[in-house]
Amino acid sequence: MTEIRNFSIIAHIDHGKSTLADRLIQWTGLVDERNFRDQILDNMEIERERGITIKSQAVTLPYVNSRGEHFELNLVDTPGHVDFSYEVSRALASCEGVLLLIDAAQGVEAQTVANLYAAVEHDLVIIPVINKIDLPSADIDMVKEQIEVELGLDSDMAILCSAKQGTGIQEVLDAITNRIPPPKEGAHGPLSALIFDAQYDPFRGTVVICRIFSGRVRPGDTIRLMSNGATHKVEDVGIFQLKRKSRENLSCGEVGYIIAGIKTVSDVRVGDTITLDSDPIASPLQGFKDVKPVVFSSVYPVSSDDYIGLADALEKYKLNDAALVFQKDSSAALGMGFRCGFLGLLHLEIVQERLEREFGQSIIMTVPTVLYRFLLTNGKTVNVDNPLYYPDPVTIEKALEPYVKATIIIPERYMGAVMDLCLERRGVNSKLNYPSQGRIEIQFDMPLAEIIYDFYDRLKTVTQGYGSFDYDLLDYRENDLVKLDILVNGERVDALSQIVQRERARPRALRACEKLKEEIPRHLFKIPIQGVIGGTIIARSTISPFRKDVTAKCYGGDITRKRKLLEKQKKGKKRMKMIGSVTIPQSAFVSLFKTDNT
Amino acid sequence: MQSPGLYVHIPFCRVKCPYCGFYSLASSSLVPRWLKAFKKEVLCYKDRFECFDSLYLGGGTPTVLEIRDLETMMEHLFIHFRFDQDTEITIEANPADMTREKTDCVRAVGCNRVNLGVQSFNDRELLFLGRNHTAKDAVRALDQLRASGCTNVGIDLIYGFKGQSLKGWVDTLKQALAFQPEHLSCYQLTFEKKTPFWRMKERGELRPLKEEKEEALFLMTSQFLEDKGYLHYEISNFAREPVYYSRHNLKYWDHTPYLGLGPSAHSFQGSTRWWNFRSVKRYCEALEGRRAPVEESEELTKEQMRLEAIALGLRTRQGFSCGETSYDPALLDALARLQDSGFLRVINGRVAPTTKGFLVADRLPLCFFP
Repeated sequence: MTEIRNFSIIAHIDHGKSTLADRLIQWTGLVDERNFRDQILDNMEIERERGITIKSQAVTLPYVNSRGEHFELNLVDTPGHVDFSYEVSRALASCEGVLLLIDAAQGVEAQTVANLYAAVEHDLVIIPVINKIDLPSADIDMVKEQIEVELGLDSDMAILCSAKQGTGIQEVLDAITNRIPPPKEGAHGPLSALIFDAQYDPFRGTVVICRIFSGRVRPGDTIRLMSNGATHKVEDVGIFQLKRKSRENLSCGEVGYIIAGIKTVSDVRVGDTITLDSDPIASPLQGFKDVKPVVFSSVYPVSSDDYIGLADALEKYKLNDAALVFQKDSSAALGMGFRCGFLGLLHLEIVQERLEREFGQSIIMTVPTVLYRFLLTNGKTVNVDNPLYYPDPVTIEKALEPYVKATIIIPERYMGAVMDLCLERRGVNSKLNYPSQGRIEIQFDMPLAEIIYDFYDRLKTVTQGYGSFDYDLLDYRENDLVKLDILVNGERVDALSQIVQRERARPRALRACEKLKEEIPRHLFKIPIQGVIGGTIIARSTISPFRKDVTAKCYGGDITRKRKLLEKQKKGKKRMKMIGSVTIPQSAFVSLFKTDNT
Repeated sequence: MQSPGLYVHIPFCRVKCPYCGFYSLASSSLVPRWLKAFKKEVLCYKDRFECFDSLYLGGGTPTVLEIRDLETMMEHLFIHFRFDQDTEITIEANPADMTREKTDCVRAVGCNRVNLGVQSFNDRELLFLGRNHTAKDAVRALDQLRASGCTNVGIDLIYGFKGQSLKGWVDTLKQALAFQPEHLSCYQLTFEKKTPFWRMKERGELRPLKEEKEEALFLMTSQFLEDKGYLHYEISNFAREPVYYSRHNLKYWDHTPYLGLGPSAHSFQGSTRWWNFRSVKRYCEALEGRRAPVEESEELTKEQMRLEAIALGLRTRQGFSCGETSYDPALLDALARLQDSGFLRVINGRVAPTTKGFLVADRLPLCFFP
């Protein structure tokens, strides 16, 4: 008899979650040493590069304890960055318990708290694990105190481990099998399975990843997706042991995949319930809260011929990242594209990178913006997520922008720097808490627009990496908001427009002009770049032209080399956008919101 | 179809100039071996080309060859290849080599055009450029050439480097003009990869001029020589009359076939380009083993031919035929803009660069592609 345990690891970013997952995978012998690599659950190239987890990943670990009892441990890895808390809550819906991982040197951080709430909300068993105890700066007593005081958990229950060195792993496995209950649903009764993720396999179509809450499913069954009633014949079911591994069936309590020849990507919705067509359950499982995007930006293909390809790529992408929302959009400068909503700036960057790498799309993204609200003189209210639709200024009665409550936890010594940063970012109503000795929790009401604009990176810089940060949406507040346009060579580039607070407009415009000057290559003519509000120019920079660009000699032996260089430049030019007579590279559009640590 | 040209690369120099990126050895020990291999290479191409109407002896420094080697080489060419009666036969000459005997030999083997590598008439500048001759040597060589009855003399000059004053450059130009050369090549100093100058630039010991300064010097040079009646027919080349355009070099710029013999020489025929091994040793080894010394060849697609036609055309006053561009409205628009801003002119169905256009000739081709 094999027992099942479904669990997840939650932690603040960089507290060692993926390393612990690696260690558990090794300990249970799922992969031999030869095939092992770090961050083994992070399949995406970009996850490895950035050293972060973006997607939840499921893996089934076979485990036999000292008493000879057999277990199947379903581990769902989760991302730690604030932008991806949505992924965390989806992962938690398929678990009975969590390992709450805390860095022994860093202690409890903002995301630790946020993730703990999510786990408590789902009624999960919580096992605190203090990681990185091998670090010289580890302070186990301090962390234990924080667990008691800040989290309200029993610190005696905390397990000490070093995932890096492999100490304490046995204790972690024992806690998983002893403290986390088995799935409680009955094996009998009709099938109900919650879809918590999906992947696209070019050979097999859509691969649905789900947790079975009741009944069971096997190849040959006809399943029904409850949201739209579509039926599909099951071709294969199984579990993940780093690769897909077929099983005779998936039954209650298990986490695994179903392949059912679902060709239309949009048929599958994360959070939907799967049941048997012949024996359906009465009502669907409780799905997930719809996530509301907070950051908006438009995506355009670099070449307008690629519009259809981009549409297809976004469809497939969404299957794997339910948090992305998009709809058709068009711009005078960039042609047909899509207006997209994201969970945050990191989410946006990830989407951009994955579209380019995994889907081979060459895209341009516009300056991200939040959802503004305008009360007009005619009594109407308009929501504006795109600077293109900024209303005629004379009709604006009141302009409102979203505020968040930002929570920042830092060691005391960074208080001055963080206060300065928050005030600079229009933070108001500050509150200070002293959760434990030497640490400060600062809360500010801040415009969301200031946060999406490289706040997190700046915070990391001023606190030398010790600052942790989380935020919740608060409300809408009145502000003087104007539309800043950018003219390149006298032509307004709509994709570069932004809505900004009037007082911030000039510095923002200056920065934009300087950034564009760096990013737009020189041309044969002088290119003025101007920041404009209404008809008034508030900032300007100039790209000087090529004065001389010619080699002195070009005889028999130089021609091939010269042509190869031109062919390279020609290819480069294809990746740029012609606006009037100016070619603007992709990077110029991105540069307006990319961080620079100055 | 225009007659093809023949180029011979003589890969030897007395000293290596620190700015020069062409392939050559500073020792003549391999001359006999090279000459033997060269004869074999000539046989490889027997009957592969039409009758040539230009022969260009370049390098390297062809005038470092002993008189008898020069004679053997020319004899061999005349036996195995066909030449037009009024073939333009050019030799690149170093002032230091041009003794009375060498001058007479050059004339005697049939050279009717001599390109003298004067570079500068200022001894301090010559020292900087690492040349092995003085201004006086150049003057003597030029006098001797004229005295020998040479009616087509070209002078090569270098300008635009630190240490050369504007006055220094104008003085050099004036002294060159005193000999009323039929042809003038004025090269702005460039830092060719792997040359000593290039390495000095990388180490920060030598700084190129500012773009603005290079621009001003280029425009001034063009203006100065045009005022004196010279035709600025290619970016770095001037001629007193169209008949004195370098017939051979024009072939490089309009896809006329040419055969290049010797190490590192490039050849072109139809839509094929091929080139020889750079090293004298590898070149000789191949021929000694009865193999062609060709390192690589490429077959140009239509699109590549078009790109080259445009890029090369834009280096000469002739420009390229309008037939090379497509009638894409965006491109026509770009063309109109480039005309308005004075980079190009459209005359007789050809798109041709102005002097201002010459200055950015490496940028212009891209304007004709979306």
